[in-house]
Amino acid sequence: MAVRHVRVMPREVPSEFQLRTAVAAVLVIIAFSLVGVRLWYLQIEQGTEMRSLSENNRIRLVRVPAARGLVYDRHGEVLVENRAAFDVVFVPEDARDKRGTLRNLAGYLGEDEPVLIQQARAPSRRPPYEGIVLRRDVDRQAVVAVQTHLLDLPGVTLQPGPRRYYPLGPMAAHLLGYVGEVSDRELKDEGPRGYRSGDLIGKAGLERAWDSELRGVPGGEQVEVDALGRRMRLLDRAPDLPGATLWLTLDRDLQETAERALGDHDGAIVALDPRNGEILAMVSEPSYDPNMFSRGIRREEWRALMQHPRHPLNNRAVQGQFPPGSTFKVAMATAALEEGLGGFSVSCGGGIPFGNHFFRCWRKEGHGAMNLHSAVVQSCDVFFYQVGRRLGVDRIANYARRLGLGAPTGVELEHEKAGTIPDSDWKKARFGQPWFEGETLSVAIGQGYVTATPLQMAVMAATIANGGTRYRPHYVKRIDGLDGSEREIEPEVVGEAKVSSATLAKVRAAMRDVVMTDAGTGKKARVAGVEIAGKTGTAQVVKMGEDRARNNRGAAERRDHAWFISFAPVDAPEIAIAAIVENAGGGGGAIAAPIVQQILQHYFTRDQGPQPGPGSAPEPPPVLRAAQKSPPLPTQEAHAVRPPADHAL
Amino acid sequence: MRFDRRLITHFEWLLPLLALAVSALGTTTVYSATHVPGMDGPSSHTVRQGTWLAAGCVAMLLAVAFDYRRLERQAVPLYCVLLALLIAVPLIGRVGGGSRRWITLGPVSLQPSEFMKLGLVIILARHFARTPGAHVGLRGMVAPLLLTAVPAALILAQPDLGTVAVLGIVALTMMILGGVRLRWLALLASPIVLLAPLLWRHLKVYQQQRILTFIDPDRDPLGAGYHVIQSKIAVGSGMLWGRGFLKGTQNHLNFLPEQHTDFIFSVFAEEWGFIGAALLVGLYLALVLRGLVVAARARDRFGVLLVLGVTSVVFWQAVVNLCMTTGLMPVVGITLPFFSYGGSSLLCLLVGIGLAMNVSMRRYYF
Repeated sequence: MAVRHVRVMPREVPSEFQLRTAVAAVLVIIAFSLVGVRLWYLQIEQGTEMRSLSENNRIRLVRVPAARGLVYDRHGEVLVENRAAFDVVFVPEDARDKRGTLRNLAGYLGEDEPVLIQQARAPSRRPPYEGIVLRRDVDRQAVVAVQTHLLDLPGVTLQPGPRRYYPLGPMAAHLLGYVGEVSDRELKDEGPRGYRSGDLIGKAGLERAWDSELRGVPGGEQVEVDALGRRMRLLDRAPDLPGATLWLTLDRDLQETAERALGDHDGAIVALDPRNGEILAMVSEPSYDPNMFSRGIRREEWRALMQHPRHPLNNRAVQGQFPPGSTFKVAMATAALEEGLGGFSVSCGGGIPFGNHFFRCWRKEGHGAMNLHSAVVQSCDVFFYQVGRRLGVDRIANYARRLGLGAPTGVELEHEKAGTIPDSDWKKARFGQPWFEGETLSVAIGQGYVTATPLQMAVMAATIANGGTRYRPHYVKRIDGLDGSEREIEPEVVGEAKVSSATLAKVRAAMRDVVMTDAGTGKKARVAGVEIAGKTGTAQVVKMGEDRARNNRGAAERRDHAWFISFAPVDAPEIAIAAIVENAGGGGGAIAAPIVQQILQHYFTRDQGPQPGPGSAPEPPPVLRAAQKSPPLPTQEAHAVRPPADHAL
Repeated sequence: MRFDRRLITHFEWLLPLLALAVSALGTTTVYSATHVPGMDGPSSHTVRQGTWLAAGCVAMLLAVAFDYRRLERQAVPLYCVLLALLIAVPLIGRVGGGSRRWITLGPVSLQPSEFMKLGLVIILARHFARTPGAHVGLRGMVAPLLLTAVPAALILAQPDLGTVAVLGIVALTMMILGGVRLRWLALLASPIVLLAPLLWRHLKVYQQQRILTFIDPDRDPLGAGYHVIQSKIAVGSGMLWGRGFLKGTQNHLNFLPEQHTDFIFSVFAEEWGFIGAALLVGLYLALVLRGLVVAARARDRFGVLLVLGVTSVVFWQAVVNLCMTTGLMPVVGITLPFFSYGGSSLLCLLVGIGLAMNVSMRRYYF
């Protein structure tokens, strides 16, 4: 290349260029110094803080809920277990476009978008980056749909979480209860026990009462996530400690028999062991399926349960307060014997006038001559009207309470009701009125103000059966902690009836003849080869004096309740039962006694003896103890994957 | 070809060494930014960047081989060819990342807007070199404004706001250095200031967002402010010594946007800490200062302005990008010169360095 070809224009470089470049150099130095200072500020001054922000970005502490403890019946049958399931969890901080993510998710799950949006609203007191469980236990199809589209769903993860499973479904649901996500109020109350939003907590029944034993200690995982919140690798983990195993006193087969015996009726049945207060069966109908709650109950399902006219969530066995009707005559008879009215007799002519009212006997034509024994056997109302007048309401109340009525039994179930055993003080306090003697007549046949829960009636039957000892009804026999500890629940005596054994023997004899003699009202409870004792009751829902016959053909909610309480064998009682059939439209002898008969029939004819403790029970079937450990986590398969869409599973 | 001994005596070593040092660090960081854990070997981005770097070295030497004063004569045809390429972009260009910027020629994709930066520097250097007198009046500004506005409009249509900004600020720098009186520039700027509210409404929503976000990045931490915040966290978390090569979590877990282009400095600062980042800033400072020295020593006005133009491209891109990734400026799509992934950019910058060397080596020719 030749220089001479270039036409050189004689242009000198003006001196101001020197000045300009010098000024430019100063400005350049200032500009880069500014950047340098900024780097110093960010990396040195704020470096530690920025480093921790960076760590917060990538490291998530994921709580691994502990597998809840298992529950077996007294023979080792599984009542509650855990099953592997996947929850759809949403971390709003990871989703840039929250609405968009939820819209996509709604599509993949086939759900309504507004419902998801409402669920994704973060609860208060939620630490940042803590996942919100949108759906528990999604089905396989949904798992696949979500897993394959995780890239469209920033912030959404599938979290394996053991799901509470109740193999019996609605059977014994009220006793076992159910679990649900801990509520804000529970968080406030249960704060010290270490619950966090999103945790499961026992909401009812055993799950609630024994929650602290069942829940175990949640573990934790330190997970590295990418900018979309997808798990990249596991940095560290603290294993969870599963909850304790509970062995119940419940007998699954007896429970099933009782549920079947009650059939389509509404009502409740409680079977106790009178020797120690162990609950063998507890039925409340209508029932519900607790599995609904495990997978996250839907709003319409919840509404249906709440608005159901028969209140299926209520445990009638402990929350239902019913007039005991003629079953109360057992308490009356005890009071009469103790107060020296054992030799009392009347002639029943079908009723007695009192004041300006005629108190009928259930048998219009009358029973004729009645003593205490025959009055119990044939359930003569007139006899007990007269006994009641002589005892007075306060003495009646005293004996009723001694037998366990009028106060909660102390069973470990929520919202147990006390029932009502009225006396003159009670009426004064309640209504500010003196007691009227006419009201005593109603009380004498278990009507009027008198109410009791089915569990209380079972306790009364058990107390009479065992010679006057009131045990606290309980349903947990043994707790096996995961640390190997075993704790037996000892029977607890909560009171004595303080009634002479002679009195109780006479009451038991009368109750035996209710079932075992042809004159008795409870003949239908007989089981071949076993001496059964019982007492029928027909509790009026409508006021005394109205025509029961007509009402029992009328509206269902005005029909009579049918009661039967029972224990057996008479000589050495092993089982005490109380059963109520609501609005049965028939007497206790006709409707409730045959139900109890089926339970007793099962109890006394089952192959195994009634008393094998949990120690001799067969090995429990292998159940998923800690479901989150076993299945491979599909989220981890996304391990080395960076954003490109074709890397999705 | 006769070889002039003086060319060897006055060979410019410092500029290419600084530029290649930055380019080598840049290619290494591209490797980290596009590295996928569990995958062996360099990513395709790294291989491509390395290839462009090699091509750039060849082009740099070619840019030294002829007398730069020939360029002054060829400036107009060169400018026209580049303008034609820009016009061709919307017709045959390839779309990437929401805008049409590239022309594909066989295995390579070229980004004409990058070449236009160099073209503009050359044509403006020619213009101001031929403008007599110490100071340029208002009428003298019409031609440089037009020369800038035409390619700027074409690039704005792609759209590529970042490159337009670079063109504008480089043109402004050359006007000032070329002698345009500041008062005329103020007069020129006043309508822009007055029209700013009107322009605001014509900006795309995301562009408005960026400006608002700069004013307050925590306004919407998961939305528009996300990039700035994550970039600051990445830079800051490097601390003094950095997290180590390939160990930056902000980078590898994708918290950083545009890791290998606009935000590559954040990747570097996270992995090499203040030590590395300060070194890199120092390299840029040395490069720019050396450019100014070369410019000041040049023999003719065209040479001075050519080197000043090339230097100002490097300076402005470096400063704007560094300020953007450290949260001192709003996010505009301006890459870090020699460092960010992008073949056309690297090639053009190295050619620019070659031209500066050319000017430096021929300063004793008269």
